[in-house]
Amino acid sequence: MQDISRRHFLGTAAAFAVTAGLTACGGGNAGGTGSADAGKSGKDYKIEMVTDTGGVSDQSFNQSSWEGLQQLEKDNGWTVQYIESKQESDYATNLDKAVDDGSNLVWGIGFAMADAVAHSAKTNPEVQFAVIDNAFEDAPKNLIGVTFRAQEPSFLMGYIAARTTKTNKVGFVGGISGVVIDQFDYGYQAGVAYANKEQGTNVEVQGQYADSFSDSAKGKAIASKMYSSGCDVVFHAAGGVGAGVIEAAKEANKFAIGVDRDQAYLAPDNVISSALKRVDKAIVEVSTKIQAGDIEGGTNIDLGFSEDCVGIPEEHKLIDDEVYKAAIELGDKIKAGDIKPPFNKETYDEYIKTL
Amino acid sequence: MLNSLLLLIGITLMYSTPLVFGSLSGVISERSGVVNIGIEGMMVVGAFTASAVSYFTGNPWLGFLMAGIAGAAIALLHAGASVTFHADQTVSGVAINLLAPGIALFFCRRLFDNAAMTPVCTTLPKLFGEGALNGTPYASLNVDVTVALGFAAALIMWFVLYKTKWGLRIRAVGEHPAAADTLGINVERTRFICVLISGMLAGFGGASVTLAIVSQFTQTAISGQGFIALAAVIFGKWKPHGAYGACLLFGLAQALTVVLGGGSIAIPSQLMAMLPYVLTIIVLVLFVGRSAAPKADGVPYLKGSR
Repeated sequence: MQDISRRHFLGTAAAFAVTAGLTACGGGNAGGTGSADAGKSGKDYKIEMVTDTGGVSDQSFNQSSWEGLQQLEKDNGWTVQYIESKQESDYATNLDKAVDDGSNLVWGIGFAMADAVAHSAKTNPEVQFAVIDNAFEDAPKNLIGVTFRAQEPSFLMGYIAARTTKTNKVGFVGGISGVVIDQFDYGYQAGVAYANKEQGTNVEVQGQYADSFSDSAKGKAIASKMYSSGCDVVFHAAGGVGAGVIEAAKEANKFAIGVDRDQAYLAPDNVISSALKRVDKAIVEVSTKIQAGDIEGGTNIDLGFSEDCVGIPEEHKLIDDEVYKAAIELGDKIKAGDIKPPFNKETYDEYIKTL
Repeated sequence: MLNSLLLLIGITLMYSTPLVFGSLSGVISERSGVVNIGIEGMMVVGAFTASAVSYFTGNPWLGFLMAGIAGAAIALLHAGASVTFHADQTVSGVAINLLAPGIALFFCRRLFDNAAMTPVCTTLPKLFGEGALNGTPYASLNVDVTVALGFAAALIMWFVLYKTKWGLRIRAVGEHPAAADTLGINVERTRFICVLISGMLAGFGGASVTLAIVSQFTQTAISGQGFIALAAVIFGKWKPHGAYGACLLFGLAQALTVVLGGGSIAIPSQLMAMLPYVLTIIVLVLFVGRSAAPKADGVPYLKGSR
């Protein structure tokens, strides 16, 4: 009898432990809100962002987004806040919460959230919504999709890689094939092709996908394979998989190219450059326009070199000055519209013909 | 050809090592009669502790050791709940899997300026020294030192389980605790110790990711290895050498997708990504056959119950 009641008690205790674990995660969502000094300067415009599962300190685009919002808070005195999603099922609830908080504008960070935001936008027509990394087809009037022309910095990365390699072989490691990663893949290949044409070289690109954004062991394995088969520069656009790619570069003492943010800090002697997406700038730019009413709802915005929302780091101690300068000039040409880097298979095939 | 073969071996060993530690963790716990589905959670805590300690002290070996201790500390919860208090072992394991990533993230944010990942830390050395074979095709055989440690751990566990008195007791407790009890074996103590060792090994498994495969803890560092390890336990029929073999097979399958993929022959990478699972099913059906758990696995032992 005593045993039974003890078991019962412990069953309850264990269930409690599980609940505690769950609420701990949930607490992260609710409690994970940023500063909120409401309308200090009298301008009571409120912006909230909902992160994807990476969380606000992901040292990637969620973090950049939050930095953008903090910039807005500092410059304009707007109220900004973030809500973290621990899992995909949190998106809808967190968006609802952001609306309930009385936000004027709600940002969804990441294309994974696109459907949830679109739904939320339809049910809350009085609130503005915007999404990073997704273009919508026939979006409602209060929804804006923001995408980046990642092919532009990737083109420069391809150019730099092709002019840095000593073995005439460079690599590309992708996460999961799709619209966003294709931009990196084909932009990079086109950059290599451009350098080949310009320099009369014959650098070949080896590409492989990890079919994951988290499996860093696979990234390391793929990159090791590329290095051992003669590549000496590998570019990755693969999220967490990239940590493995950079680690492989460190071990083989070869070069790697980072993505999204300047990843040189991961391996200062191996990461020669990074294809930057300035999500923070995009957030500032687009939020300002939405607040001022300078932008038509229901549209998509595409940001690139001309808007200063993509780029390459200034630091280039592992790249020849001459090559770096040439790359910057290429960037200017892209800005001027003289070069249009391809972003998928079709545009790539077309681009190659024009070379 | 030689290059590809060596690469295949190198990748197999790299990929399988965290799984080896994880599955040995499962074997020792389940052989004593305690189901441990919390391996994943214990690995997360180990992975974080390893890279945090290595970052602060600059000594990866200390990090590795502390990862084992941290894993054992988490396992203490599991042992307490499921051995001492006879709670449902599955529930306790699930609780650990939910709790552990939260704990790791909490401390990570506390220690590293609210970041969700640790900075880059010093990693464990390579088997033949840093960059020793670079430039030769044999470079891919210069695997992480954790590969050797994993093999040693499997060897030691095999020896302990099958060649020592203590191992016999562990197996007896897992098969028929009441019989073992009548012969004077302290069932609860044996199980308690085995669960702690299980936690320690899982912690090592986590460390072998963040101190060897990559050099920092991120939220995605451990993503499913603990569950694959659990499958390896069953695949390997709850034997340390069997589990080791199963992990090597999983590693080999993954290595094959890498080595065969991305070449000039266009095999869709989605198809390649299926390979590990297809291979697993084929081997399971053709060569492994029936796999039976220790008889008292998952059943809390209540003195005097029949």
